[in-house]
Amino acid sequence: MSDTPVVSAGARPKSSMPWPLMVGGLLVGLHLVIALLSLVWTPYAVGDMVGGRLEGPSFVHWAGTDRLGRDLMTQIMIGSRIALVVGCGAVALGALIGVTIGVLAAFATRTLDDVLAAALDILIAFPTLLLAMLIVASSDGASLWTAILAIGIAGSAIVARLTRILAKRILSMDYITAARISGTASPGIVRIHVLPNIWPTLIVNFALQFGLAVIAEASLSYLGLGAPPPNASWGRLLQEAQASVYTAPFGAIAPGLALVSLVIGLNLFADGLREAADPTRRRSR
Amino acid sequence: MSTLLSVEDLQIRTAARPLVSGISFSIAAGERVGLIGESGSGKSLTALAVLGLLPDTMRVTGSITLDGHPVIGARDRDLVPLRGRSVAAVFQEPMTALDPLMRIGDQVAEVVRRRALRDGTKPGRAEIASRVLALLERVALPEPARIARAFPHEISGGQRQRGAIAMALACRPKLLIADEPTTALDVTTQAEILKLLETVVRDEGMGLLFISHDLPVVATVAERALVMRHGALIEEGPVGTLFGRPSHPYTEGLVAAARAFDAALEFAP
Amino acid sequence: MTLLALSGVSFSYGRGSRVLQDIDLAVEAGSNLGIVGESGSGKTTMLKLLLGLERASSGAVSFRGERLDAANRGFMRGFRRSVQAVFQDPYSSLDPRQRVFDIIAEPLRSLKIETDIAAAVEQALRDVDLPADAARRYPHEFSGGQRQRIAIARAIVANPDLIIADEVVSALDLTTRTRIIDLLRSLSARMTFVVVSHDIALVALLCERLVVLEKGRIVEQGATRDILARPAHPYTRQLLASTPRMPERV
Repeated sequence: MSDTPVVSAGARPKSSMPWPLMVGGLLVGLHLVIALLSLVWTPYAVGDMVGGRLEGPSFVHWAGTDRLGRDLMTQIMIGSRIALVVGCGAVALGALIGVTIGVLAAFATRTLDDVLAAALDILIAFPTLLLAMLIVASSDGASLWTAILAIGIAGSAIVARLTRILAKRILSMDYITAARISGTASPGIVRIHVLPNIWPTLIVNFALQFGLAVIAEASLSYLGLGAPPPNASWGRLLQEAQASVYTAPFGAIAPGLALVSLVIGLNLFADGLREAADPTRRRSR
Repeated sequence: MSTLLSVEDLQIRTAARPLVSGISFSIAAGERVGLIGESGSGKSLTALAVLGLLPDTMRVTGSITLDGHPVIGARDRDLVPLRGRSVAAVFQEPMTALDPLMRIGDQVAEVVRRRALRDGTKPGRAEIASRVLALLERVALPEPARIARAFPHEISGGQRQRGAIAMALACRPKLLIADEPTTALDVTTQAEILKLLETVVRDEGMGLLFISHDLPVVATVAERALVMRHGALIEEGPVGTLFGRPSHPYTEGLVAAARAFDAALEFAP
Repeated sequence: MTLLALSGVSFSYGRGSRVLQDIDLAVEAGSNLGIVGESGSGKTTMLKLLLGLERASSGAVSFRGERLDAANRGFMRGFRRSVQAVFQDPYSSLDPRQRVFDIIAEPLRSLKIETDIAAAVEQALRDVDLPADAARRYPHEFSGGQRQRIAIARAIVANPDLIIADEVVSALDLTTRTRIIDLLRSLSARMTFVVVSHDIALVALLCERLVVLEKGRIVEQGATRDILARPAHPYTRQLLASTPRMPERV
């Protein structure tokens, strides 16, 4: 090691935006715009029977109609909103619970840490579906909230396990010992050193979790454990289209495309974030 | 004495910048040469170039002739036998040079078997086992039979480095390259390993290229030394002259710093 | 005056074997103390005890004659303010996501020392010969030697009485090493150092007094000059004999 500077502040090479981040961002952005738009405008009112039954796509009904003659585009737009709301809610809840438990476990004594790690493994093995059924059974029935709760809790176990591993690695660094010697107490160590250093990895994970949450929401709605009508969820659209999938396949294809485009968008976005956060891309050493 | 290794106008560069710029030196058969440099001087890259082990992303020009064979421009297929027969290497961290899932004895046996195949013989199991034990004894490992059955993590750092040296000896190379082989070790262990390296190299008549940032350590094992800085060779000569009357200001600085440490111990017997 | 003292200290991790046994030593203000030991000597554990990061299994660690007591907040704050540390690895010892200013300011903020933080950080940077604009930059923009200077600036910013330096130059190149040693020497005029190292020459350069540790026990301690001139214990003699020297001038 020498005493001369390795890189000067200005010499950092300009990093171009990785393409997955751009494409992923565009796809997610598109859904976001549609979801926001659906709050103020949809082609038709949500429950109205405005056309013939099981019509294909046309200029009047861009995505066709369902078996009751309701406009599918309207329902898919509202589905975007539901997907994003449940996804956001579940990831936020999962992050809150998961990061808290993960950081506590990283600080805990050996025995408590072992107990927490075992509990997390059990929770991860526990199917989200079963959890959702339990939550629905112990509340007033399925709603947006039960979906958020079930998906959020299931996701929190994965976040907690990741946080625990990341935080433990940070806690073993010399700068943590230096902080203790400087008189910084544990809450300060978490706030000043642990969170800022694990945040980039966590954010990438949250984006991935978001994609999983969107799929989980569709699955729960498909099984009738998601948001009830009139909330149009993609999962429920798929379920309703199932009976007529041979005669009117577009009823299943349209919500399917919506679901896939959002999930791919989120996954690309996560990949792009990971690439952008990679220190070897930014630091030339 | 015949020339064992000859490096001429060696240049190593990445797409972005030159790493080693036009260095030339040679090592005679049985000669012990030290290569001194600080971090970023290009000393380890030079060693990798001699071994033909530089990553593909680096461009190498100039010529390296090892034991009569060209290294630069040679196909990897032709380098493999050269590495086994003409040159072997010992690195700073023996833990990464050894396979963590293989017993020490088996790792040495593997090299013995390969070397025998190359010579056109095929020794039996018992023959190999006895050669392995002899090698472990040669590097002064205590209880060689027990160590042969041990995994790398079960023995100390110094013992691992002895194991790595035994593997290098099993190749019976004409040139041994040692890259900071004692930097990770305790002072007392370092003294033992240096002594061991010096004896085996002398007894087997091997050439030695000893790479280190530590001047007194180089002085202990080498007869002649080269000083590198920022990818260039700035001074070379017999250790006595180089450390006694350095001519380049950079070498002067290094020697003065090293002597300051010695001076601190001057009350010692 | 005795700053830090270990008396009759033994230590073991959990129910494991003794890592340190019957340690008696005192750090006197104004006299640098060197602790020499190889791997397995227990010097890392001793460092943790001296810094109040581990509690002795038996015996007492005391600061200015009072026993260290983690429950006594006010006392511990005074202890932290007086005893700081610098570590071996200049990469792991600085938080990569903090600016140098925040790194150096951490002791002032955490110990709630009432002072002009900006001025104190600037002074600390000047003390370690780094330019003032270093404060705005991140650790990865600096070389190993400069990072070690940043770590030293953090240790001295609160004007401590004692700095414990753990293998501070082992990871550095020889020329950088010499400059950092010169810096520590000049700081010795203001504060006391405990230098922990495997390198007896380094310790001899910086310390008036010396402790030799082997397998968890102190085998020899006293004035550096006396020990170097007449090493009493075979292990000390072996350490001295093993340290490679430059050849005689020709």
